[in-house]
Amino acid sequence: MRLASRVPSFAPARPEEILKPARPWFVVLTLALAFLANTLPASGIVLALKPDFVALTLLYWCIQAPRYVGVGVAWGVGLVMDVVDATLFGQHALAYVVLAYGAEFFRRRVLRFPLWQQAVQVALLLAACAALVLAVRMIGGAPLPRWTYAVPPIVGALLWPALTVLLQWPQRPARSSAL
Amino acid sequence: MRPIPAEPPPFFHRGPSPLARVAFFGFLSIVLLFVDARFRYLEDVRQAAGVVLFPLQRLVHMPAEAIASLAAYFASKRDLARENERLKAELIELSPVAQGYAQARDENARLKTLLELKSRYAEGSAVVQVLYSGRDPFAQKLFVSRGSESGLVPGSAVIDERGVVGQVTRVHPTMSEVTLVTDTDHAIPVKVERSGARSVLYGSGTGRAPELRFTSPTADIRVGDRLVTSGLDGTYPPGLAVAQVTSVERDTGQVFARIECAPLGGVDRSEALLVLAPPAALPPRPEEPADAEAARKGGRAKARRGG
Repeated sequence: MRLASRVPSFAPARPEEILKPARPWFVVLTLALAFLANTLPASGIVLALKPDFVALTLLYWCIQAPRYVGVGVAWGVGLVMDVVDATLFGQHALAYVVLAYGAEFFRRRVLRFPLWQQAVQVALLLAACAALVLAVRMIGGAPLPRWTYAVPPIVGALLWPALTVLLQWPQRPARSSAL
Repeated sequence: MRPIPAEPPPFFHRGPSPLARVAFFGFLSIVLLFVDARFRYLEDVRQAAGVVLFPLQRLVHMPAEAIASLAAYFASKRDLARENERLKAELIELSPVAQGYAQARDENARLKTLLELKSRYAEGSAVVQVLYSGRDPFAQKLFVSRGSESGLVPGSAVIDERGVVGQVTRVHPTMSEVTLVTDTDHAIPVKVERSGARSVLYGSGTGRAPELRFTSPTADIRVGDRLVTSGLDGTYPPGLAVAQVTSVERDTGQVFARIECAPLGGVDRSEALLVLAPPAALPPRPEEPADAEAARKGGRAKARRGG
């Protein structure tokens, strides 16, 4: 058997392909990297475009590894994000809890769709979270943000296919010679 | 016949239902939000979490910083030459100011000893690096590289080489949060350098120009005026450049003029900032005499009765 056939191809998995269970350390590592991506210094246009990588990664693991990552983990991660971002305590936590519940709701059917259709559903989930955060902040007395507030969820959804391919790669079984 | 158990067998149990969990954690989040927004009881919790988190954060930032420093090392010769040229020009431009400064300082010291005045602001300031900017679209915040271990205290003014950038609002052991002058919750007392007219500059949030609110339409403020701190708040030392007036709208139908400004400090550009030591505490507010208070209350009550 040639080496090339052992390594899975770097392309989205087909719906019928059964993925290996994710390793807990890989889940933790990707979440840590998402934190890093979120806190990288950015300004101007980059800051306006930057999606919430932690929310995206969390959503992916809520869908793919619901035994490890669920509503409780999402809440904890949200609290950490609140400290790192110096936002009100519980703001990200609430958004991520709702995101995790949405993922629970979507989980069984979202994987049947091709990636770009998944991305549309992800956009809806992320937009719902953004709207929730907006509602919380408006109740807290913040003024209405500019229209660019709606951009990061869309960018996040556009990144969803790439993120899926990247995160599912270690879980894909080696291609057997039978196929 | 045995009844069929209503509960699923124990090996299907996976804890409470997702809806129950969402209700629980959602409620917890809302309680936290309320407590944090209303009472600010959670600062200690935030501090404790920060002590654990920020070293880890610095650790994961290290590769990015290494790449950045490597890129700076290979910065092109032309860029360096151009920057050198610019700095030289600036040096020459500022040299009369600097020469005048020594003389002015001596004179000032003499006058101060004559007046037996204490120095307005304490010695000591710290240079800090910007680590990252906050992602929160509702607030304008920066995170900088020094904290309470380096003697930073909340309330200190933060400036760069062009003007005021903001104010330290929260201090962790090794890093601090700076609220920028463009933040909606930030206000800074200023005066117009040219005319001396006093006002307060309010931030208006991301991408919007800070405004001088509640300023009379007749105030002597023109487009292009430089605003400097007036020092009336006891937080910002007086005389620091803050902003430049970019538009003045005097609508006869409005009670106040609408005056927009552009911050002079590099609020979204600067990488190195200077945190000033807070000025010496102002003398306490004189206590109002008790009878005057009673008289005023009595007067108000009378007025209400009369109305």
